[in-house]
Amino acid sequence: MTVEGELTDDVEGDTVDGDAAGGDATEDDAASDAATGDLWAGVRDVSPLMLGIVPFALVAGIAAVDAGLGLAEAVGMSVIVFAGASQLAALDLLGSNAPLAVVVGTAVVINVRMVMYSASIAPYFAEYGRRLRAGLAYVLTDQAYAISVAEFEENSARSRWRYYLGAAASLWVVWQIGTVVGVVVGAGVPDAWGLTFAVPLVFLALLVPAMKDRPTTAAGVAAGAVAVVAAGLPLNLGLLVGAVTGIAVGLATEVVEA
Amino acid sequence: MTGAPLGTGSPRVWVAILLIGIATYGFRLSFIHLFGRIDEVPARVKRPLRYVPPAVLAALVLPDLVTLRPSVAATLLDERLIAGAVAGVVAWRTENVFATIAVGMGVLWLFRFVVFA
Repeated sequence: MTVEGELTDDVEGDTVDGDAAGGDATEDDAASDAATGDLWAGVRDVSPLMLGIVPFALVAGIAAVDAGLGLAEAVGMSVIVFAGASQLAALDLLGSNAPLAVVVGTAVVINVRMVMYSASIAPYFAEYGRRLRAGLAYVLTDQAYAISVAEFEENSARSRWRYYLGAAASLWVVWQIGTVVGVVVGAGVPDAWGLTFAVPLVFLALLVPAMKDRPTTAAGVAAGAVAVVAAGLPLNLGLLVGAVTGIAVGLATEVVEA
Repeated sequence: MTGAPLGTGSPRVWVAILLIGIATYGFRLSFIHLFGRIDEVPARVKRPLRYVPPAVLAALVLPDLVTLRPSVAATLLDERLIAGAVAGVVAWRTENVFATIAVGMGVLWLFRFVVFA
């Protein structure tokens, strides 16, 4: 648990740096209350997603033990990589003594989607200082990205970095604690319960409102269909092929409609 | 491919963790860094970005709900697809993440432990 404390401090260090870099030095007490409200709004909005994250994090810890990793290595991976799907893939390959290049290559390909999130969320962060942006990037995940962009589109009055950090840092803390519990406690919940099914359900709950007009719906339908057909491709490439197809179909639908 | 357990503190594990971590952080930082350096994000870059959320989310979700099998019946009579379809309706009507998870898991368990058991 000492590890936890130190790491949480680290994230809070980023926040303080960010405050200066974000150009918020002039805000008064009332504004700072509102700002805290934005942070808590992020924490609150992300909390239902934890139902999917907790079992996922436990599995990451359990898989680390199965692959022969110790507690320090398991936590090291969750802190340094902090991306569940790639961690599970890397652990599986490490456990079967695959060549290092295959382990790293597989995990890296799985995480290429982060470039799309980075591009999509970047315009919302463009006004912030370099150090704050560097800190915000570290905690960028599927979930933090999806709920933040949904909120930014609906509510422009938010302090975006505070809302995002509230959500992203909560996910980070739960991910680390879940990993530790998974390593220490091990496989307590039987596989048959399929608790990790909560992960696609979370994304489904975010997907449906994201398909709000004809082009975005076309993008989602095309991406999903292609991803299902391409699910057999190695290195999780089906995800990328599906997503890129969906973006192209969305753009094409927009052109046809115009 | 012996599956022999690795010793704790194996440098191989740490090298893998560091390399994956550095690459992943690079992906995360890429455009967040770049767009902070330019004044206005060009429209032709912004336009496709509008489709990233629905496309990526659908490509993440659908393969977890649907597995193509030789027959249509086998593909459709899958507890994950049924649970996902019901949860999708809940997501559409309520836009509530918690309700979507609760109903989806409930239907999954109903079919896994009762209907198809």
